[in-house]
This record gives sequence, C-alpha cells and structure tokens, in this order.
Amino acid sequence: MTAIYFIAAFVIAGLLFANRNEKVNYILVILFGLLQTGFTLFACYSYKNTALEYFTFDSLGLLLLITLSIITLPALFHSYLYIKRHNETPQSRAIYFAAMVLLIASITMAYLANHIAVIWIFTELTTLSASMLIYHHRNKLALEGTWKYVFICAISITFVFIGILFLSLSLQHAGSSDLSFSNLMTYRDQLNPFWLRLAFLFIFTGFTAKLGLVPMYTAGIDAKDKAPAPAGALLASVLMNLGFVGIFRFYAIVANTSLFHWANLIIFIAASLSIFVATVYMTKVTNIKRMFAYSGIEHMGIVMLGLAAGGVGYYAAILHIVLHAFVKSGLFFQFNQLYRTFQSKSILHVGNYFKYNPAGAIVLLLGFISATAMPPSGLFVSEFLIFRSLFEGNHIILLVVVLLLLTIVIWAFGKNILKMLFLPVAGIDETKIPKISPWESVTQYALMFTAIWLGLNPPTVFVELIKDAIKILPN
Amino acid sequence: MTNVLLIIFIISLLYVSIANRIVTYVRVLSLQGFILFGVTFLQLQDIQTWNLVLILLETIIFKAIAVPVFLGYLIKRNKITRETEPYLPHFISLIIITMIVVITVLLANSIQDTKLDKIFFIVSLSTLFTGLYFIASRKKIITHVMGYLMIENGVFVLSLAVGNEMPNLVNLGIMLDVFASVLILGIFLNKIGDVFKDVDVDQLSNLKDY
Repeated sequence: MTAIYFIAAFVIAGLLFANRNEKVNYILVILFGLLQTGFTLFACYSYKNTALEYFTFDSLGLLLLITLSIITLPALFHSYLYIKRHNETPQSRAIYFAAMVLLIASITMAYLANHIAVIWIFTELTTLSASMLIYHHRNKLALEGTWKYVFICAISITFVFIGILFLSLSLQHAGSSDLSFSNLMTYRDQLNPFWLRLAFLFIFTGFTAKLGLVPMYTAGIDAKDKAPAPAGALLASVLMNLGFVGIFRFYAIVANTSLFHWANLIIFIAASLSIFVATVYMTKVTNIKRMFAYSGIEHMGIVMLGLAAGGVGYYAAILHIVLHAFVKSGLFFQFNQLYRTFQSKSILHVGNYFKYNPAGAIVLLLGFISATAMPPSGLFVSEFLIFRSLFEGNHIILLVVVLLLLTIVIWAFGKNILKMLFLPVAGIDETKIPKISPWESVTQYALMFTAIWLGLNPPTVFVELIKDAIKILPN
Repeated sequence: MTNVLLIIFIISLLYVSIANRIVTYVRVLSLQGFILFGVTFLQLQDIQTWNLVLILLETIIFKAIAVPVFLGYLIKRNKITRETEPYLPHFISLIIITMIVVITVLLANSIQDTKLDKIFFIVSLSTLFTGLYFIASRKKIITHVMGYLMIENGVFVLSLAVGNEMPNLVNLGIMLDVFASVLILGIFLNKIGDVFKDVDVDQLSNLKDY
C-alpha cells in the first residue's frame, strides 16, 4: 500500500503537470484527496508495522500524518477557490496543483521514514515542490522569495548531509554501517562522541530551515509571505512539523548518550534566540502574512524549549506542535478572504473586519486567542505544561525571560489583530467590498475547534500516541 | 598522490580568494572537478565497478565540464560584468582563508581517530567555510551560486573519506549535487537574469516587514 500510495501520488502529480483541462485537473485533485485519506486510514491500521524497509508507522509519524491529512483537505479546497478566483492560466494551475500534491506526498513519506538518509531525500523534495509554489505569481517579488528560499534550503540540506557524514564516521566506531534510527539506537553507547557532537550541530542547523528556528529561519518567512495563502498554510504548519520530525528522531538518539545535556544546551540557545527574534519582528511587522509567519517561529521556539526542558515538556512539545499546525493553517486559510475584502496585505490598510465578514472575523479572533495561548485555546494547556517543565528543570531565569518576551508578543499580536477587527480605516470604498460567504470559513472553524478540543479534552488514543512517541526519550 | 591532489585543492581555494574576475572562479571550479575525479579514482578502491564509474562520470562530466560551461553561458547570456565585486579587499580575503585553513588543521590535529584520513577532513571543512565566506563577502548572485558549488565540492571530499565503507553516502552526495545545482542554476538564474537588470544582491532587498 505504501508503494501504491507513493507511485500513485507521483503519477497524479505528473498527470496534473501535463494536463491542461480544468475538469480533469479537479478530478485528479479529488482523487489525491481520497488517496491521502485512504493512506492515512491504512497507516492507522498498520500501526507499528514497517513498509518497504524504510518506512515505519510509528506513533510520532502517525500522529503528524493524521494532522497533515486533516489539513490537506481544506488546503486543496481553498486552493480550488483561490485558483478559480484568480483567472489562472491552465499552465500555472497545473504547476500549482502538481507542486502541492508533490509537497504533501513528500512530507507524508518523510514523516514515516525510519532512516536518516530517507528523511533527507524527502526533505530535499519538499524544497523543490515548495519553491514551485512560492514562485506561483511569477513576478519580481515572488522570484526574490523563491531564490532566497531555494538557496538557504540548499545550504541547509547540505548541512544535514554533512551531519549525516559525521554520523557515519561516528557509527564506524561501533562497527556498523546502517544509518536507520533503530540501529543507531542499538549502538548508541558505542558512537564516537566527538563526531556525534559535530553531527548533531550540523543536522540540527540544517533542519532549522524547515522548522523555522534561528539560524536558518529567514527563508521560511519570505516563502510564507510570497506563496499563495493555501500553500502558505501548508508551509507554515505541516512543513514545519517535518523539520521537527527530523530533529526529534535524531535528538532521541543523542539524548540517550553522554551528550544529553550538551544537546539540550544547544537547543535552549536556538529556541530562546528564536523567541527573541520573533518578538522583535512582531512588534515591527505590518505585513499580515509575515506576522503569522513570525508567530510560527515563536511557537517553534516554545516547542523546542519544551523538548530541551524534558519531563512533562516532552509531552507538551508534541501536543503543541500538533495544535499549532491546526491553528496556524486556519489563520492562513482565513487570510485570502481578508485579502479579497481589503485588497491589501498591510495591517495599515485593514480594519473593521467584523463589519464586512463577521464569520471570518470570528475565525481571526479565535486564531488570535489560540496563537497567543489564552484559555480556552488548546495551546494554553501545552504552553502551560512547557512552562511547568522549565520551572521543574530549574531554568527560572530563562522562564522569566521567555514569559516577558511572550507578553510582548501578545501585546504586538493583539494590537494588530484587534485593529484589523474593530478599528475602521480611512479611505475604504465600501461599495467595492465583496460579500463573502460565511461557508468559506467553515473549514477554519473546524480546525480551530479541533485544536481546542484536542487541548482541553484529548481523546485517549491521542494521549497514548504522544506518550508512546516520547517513550524513547530519557526521563 | 591523493595527498598531492588534495593539497592542490586547498591551493585553489587560496587562488580563488585573490581572483579578480568571475571567469577565474569558473575555471577553478572546473579544476576542482578534475581534482575530485582523480581523488575518487585513487581513493575508492573497495566499491563496485559500476558505482565507481557512476561517481567518476558525475565528477568529470557534471562537476568539471557541464556546470562550468553552463556558468560561462549564463555569464554571457545575462551580461554579467566580469568583476567579482567583493565587499572586502583581496588581501584580507587571502588572510581570512589562510586562517580558515590553519584553524581546520589545528582542529583536525586534536582529533584522535584512526578511522579517518585527516587530510580529507581538513580539505572538506576548509572548503565548506571558504564557500560560506564567499557567499557572505561577494556582491553578485552568481558568486553566491559559485560559493555554494564550492561547498558542494567540499562535502563531496568528505563523502569520499567514508566512501569505501558506505558507498551509498557518496551516491547520496551526488544526488544532492545534481539536484541542487540543477535547481539553483537552471531555473532561477535564468529567470533572475531576465527579471533583474543588474544581477546584484542589492536587488534582492524588496521583501521587507514594513
């Protein structure tokens, strides 16, 4: 089934790319939606099995795969709306959907990969497909965003490869040459610490481009800004989770060696710097999409803090990353309706949104409450647990600094969102504002409420999956 | 013999640091491709023949011929001026790259490892940092691309060091090489030359937060 999914996804992407007929295009997209759903169900039934030798349906992969498939369906639906409204040429429509299918399929395979080189290959594929999505508008700014994204991702992916080479040197001391995660776990005590240290540095740095942490976060911001919003939703949620998977699986091995505290220190530094950078930009930013993107960076910083703090933080980190994916993708799906109302990306030109599209405005408000982790949002639970893990790990100073920074983030985010929702802006021609159907916001409501429900009243299966995923980490 | 080739590789880095014209960069990249061909031929003794042939073809055809020719074509087509336009004087570049090499040698000497031929480690790390330095210190986008290609060469040298035990890693490196180079060179530089009048990093500063 895994092979069927993999080949079918690539065939669908190829057909989408070659086909110019609108009806056939949408039939193929629906087919892919069904394929993705079917594969996810299959993955649930073959829990803990291995397919094609390199793919294992383990807890973390399954959890994030379900998240991805839930986000995929609205992403395809909103892409359809987006393309329909923009009078795209058949060619650009074909490239857009082919790239999206390729992106989703690559992310799926990367989640399930149990071998570090396989994750690496599929991460490279996501760079290719994401760059096609970013270049969708084919103007100067889109080109600039694409160029930066491709270049930085290429360097990052090279860093990961160097890390893999160092890891292989480290593994040679154990007399083995199989780089699968289970094998690395078996030989973890015999790995050479010097090479392992270098490997961790390079692999961590490389994956931060996808995860959105300091030092390589910059490309992702431009990418989410220039990509069409439905694609931006994928880049800002599930693609970031891919970076998390890459780091998490390798970190689990390093955490079981003598380098545990050193690795935590590295992650602490990167995570707190990320939160700091996100805070600084959040206070200045006037571009709505970029504001959402910086908010994502701040959240990834919080997630990595939880991972490094340990204890209850492990559980909270994975919970947070799942919930963040739902909330952030919901906000990005909402953005297009906002843009259609005001024809602008700038916060300065947007205001009084409640008057023009109440359904969408409530989504923004819910998204704001969720993204800033105020109750009743589910992220409140995970963030609270992460702070508790920092407190229990005696990182008091760091905790105080992070809380201060997050307060500034809430102020900046709130200032912008509340202005967009309630303050009228001068010079808006109300006759030009289109009527937007509230039905378009239904998917966002579903995503937001899923995040609230999973945070406040998580089903037993969900909790068990997370607990099983963090079993390999030392307590 | 391998050592001689790798030392020539390091010297080529120093040569690039004082080069004044972009054409010199292209030639040095091509030279590095030929050197890698030689090193591969001498180093990979224990791998299957067809795999060795594949790697040799990649170094000689792709790294030493195709990419430099394509770069030359791009420079002509996009009417890129021949100066490299560094932010720093050449002399300082030379000092910095010498420092990079010295530091990597010192670092390598602190490693107690019987499994690794140290010269591979030194050459690859020096090339990596030199490439990063080029990306940071040169103005034109095309020199950024060349810096990236240089990093790729450095990574390739490192993958040769473990090539006998894990030939698949060398193949992965080749995959990265071909994929990233084609992506970067083929699609975007072509378009960048068409869209941006001057092929300069200063042109790439329109995406802002405010």
